[in-house]
Amino acid sequence: MKNDIIISGVGGQGIISIAATIGLAAVANSLYLKQSEVHGMSQRGGDVQSHFRLSDKPVASDLIPYGKADLIISVEPMESLRYLPWLSKDGWIVTNSTPMINIPDYPPIEDILSEIRKIKNSVIIDADSIAREIGSARAGNIVILGAASPFIAMSYSSLEDALRSLFGKKGEEILELNLKALKAGREHSIRA
Amino acid sequence: MKNLLLLGDEAIAQAALDAGLSGMYAYPGTPSTEIMEYIQSSKTASDRNVHREWSANEKTAMEAALGMSYCGKRAMVAMKHVGLNVAADPFINSAMTGVNGGLIVVSADDPSMHSSQNEQDSRFYGKFANVPCFEPSDQQEAYEMIFDAFELSEKYKLPVLFRITTRLAHSRASVTTCEQLPEKKLSLPSDPVQFVLLPSIARRKYKSLLESYEKLKYDIRITRYNIFRDGTKRDMGIIACGIAYNYLMENIRDSVKEFPVLKISAYPFPKDLVQDITGRCKSVLVLEEGAPMVEESLRGILDDGIKIYGRLDGTVPRDGELNPSLVARSLGMKTSYGRGIPSLVKNRPPSFCKGCGHSDVFNALIEALKSYSSGSVFSDIGCYTLGALPPYSSINSCVDMGASVTMAVGAADAGLFPSVCVIGDSTFTHSGMTGLLDAVVKRSSVTIIISDNSTTGMTGGQDSHATGRLVSICRGLGVDAGHIRELTPLRKNHEENVRILKKEFEFRGVSVIIAARECIQTATKRKRTESSNR
Ligand SMILES: Cc1ncc(C[n+]2csc(CCOP(=O)(O)OP(=O)(O)O)c2C)c(N)n1
Repeated sequence: MKNDIIISGVGGQGIISIAATIGLAAVANSLYLKQSEVHGMSQRGGDVQSHFRLSDKPVASDLIPYGKADLIISVEPMESLRYLPWLSKDGWIVTNSTPMINIPDYPPIEDILSEIRKIKNSVIIDADSIAREIGSARAGNIVILGAASPFIAMSYSSLEDALRSLFGKKGEEILELNLKALKAGREHSIRA
Repeated sequence: MKNLLLLGDEAIAQAALDAGLSGMYAYPGTPSTEIMEYIQSSKTASDRNVHREWSANEKTAMEAALGMSYCGKRAMVAMKHVGLNVAADPFINSAMTGVNGGLIVVSADDPSMHSSQNEQDSRFYGKFANVPCFEPSDQQEAYEMIFDAFELSEKYKLPVLFRITTRLAHSRASVTTCEQLPEKKLSLPSDPVQFVLLPSIARRKYKSLLESYEKLKYDIRITRYNIFRDGTKRDMGIIACGIAYNYLMENIRDSVKEFPVLKISAYPFPKDLVQDITGRCKSVLVLEEGAPMVEESLRGILDDGIKIYGRLDGTVPRDGELNPSLVARSLGMKTSYGRGIPSLVKNRPPSFCKGCGHSDVFNALIEALKSYSSGSVFSDIGCYTLGALPPYSSINSCVDMGASVTMAVGAADAGLFPSVCVIGDSTFTHSGMTGLLDAVVKRSSVTIIISDNSTTGMTGGQDSHATGRLVSICRGLGVDAGHIRELTPLRKNHEENVRILKKEFEFRGVSVIIAARECIQTATKRKRTESSNR
């Protein structure tokens, strides 16, 4: 089993919370993993990505080779397209639909979404609205993770457990919100 | 024994703590910053009261670590690659004095310049100083090597260079730790002149340094990281250094038995190790991250020996970071590029945070300079360097920490008027203060704007030595009190700030403008911790 995932977004959007959740779940499942991150403020507002590699055998490279990613999880729609060279033929894209417009020449969002729809395996989710409905605008990333969960080679309950150890300290209420966010995202994907 | 999920940086920090570290010294710099940050947040470090405060710059960090080592305790100093240029003087000379307690110098290189001015390869510094250099290939190896590095350092009484690159520094993997060693007791060097580099002593020490360098090649703590494994192929063998070994294994995992491979993770290494490959194979491929250092020394000037493939003949690109796909190509293997990036995808360069004080500084500066024909502004390294990008496009230099002040001084010497520079608060205390002293002594006509956000923003918001001290530093260095102007970079103060700037441009002497407003990232973080502590 191997699962190569690219997580993408814009610096400051907190893609590391997604990576941290998958990472904890992987450790609990005794899988091998390597997870390459972008650190430092120097990328604030710029494009950022994390390469996440899961396997039942030791992982050699910290980076995913071109054309080998099974999944792109993106917190921002245009950013999901930046990593297409890494996506395998049968790979999935799961992306948020809300654009982060901090450049003057950001393309029309409809054009971006139709470009994403050209990929046969794609899920577009309005994570921000779903998160707001649940009651926490800040849980958008976990909604996206939930939407990606059917394509991650680990059980759903192990992701829930990871959230429990990540958010447990922050109190029951915050934990419940995040579990709900994960579930809402997953249901969206399964329905789609 | 524990299993921890650690960044390469964190594995190094944890290993140093487990190996009985007494003092950690550093100045922030991507990708090395997390080493110190890990130690600062470690319970073990606080229980043992391991030294873990930031230094003013890499030179002071290196020297303080040497002082800790002088007392017989284990010390580590960490910096980004260009930091080693700043610390080069104490580093090279610490090889001459030698050490007492184990001393590790971590230098984090940044091939492909993800967040740096250049991609210099620190391994050259190891050779330059005649000290051992480790280059771990993964997080676990980094962890284990730290123990060997301390032992080697104490056995040969030499500082040890520990070279990592961005990819290892910032990649997380599971690391198995070992039992903790106690810290060393305070014990001074047995030779009272060990650290006195008077020429007569230095000449003697240099001879023994050169002798040690030869012996190192065969020390078990080095040789256990340089491993030759034969394969069935005879047309080509492979030498893979540091992290390049992982990219190689990614590609030949299913056919490892075929390729004769020499894995190099510690320097110096002896000739016979290389002959394991050259004696068997018709050619050799050299894979190394950074500069073609090993490749160049194999080829020599004449390059008339065995056929060598690598960065110098284009088999591997001459510059930039390696990756598994580039290595596949160098092996003649098929790569599987996915789809192209659709043309509608635009570049997204980093930008100022919304509400950042630096942007108000630049808005005022742009307007204040409008009436002058020369709009040249010297600047430095930090978040404020984003002032070089549109829509500001208002700075014309970013060279090395502190250079804005001294370049403005030199430009004033050449007759540039007004000669203006913008520097951050942490950059100023790192290397701007001495340049300001030059300006004061020479009575240069310069306007120095310190854009003070009370933090080291660019590297993630570490405490800045400058906070609360800028006015007294400038006065202490001799700047006229009437020309140390403090202002608050806010939109509502724009007119007044422009007026102050213009007035100081016209002053024929040194003026310092301190534009102070807290970084909005650190302010948010501070408020969050304050409210959760309440
Ligand atoms: C010799 C050296 N050390 C460290 C760095 C990494 N570095 C770049 S900018 C910076 C700090 C900038 O802080 P400050 O001057 O306060 O500006 P800010 O980013 O807060 O605006 C650091 C540590 C470097 N480029 N060169």
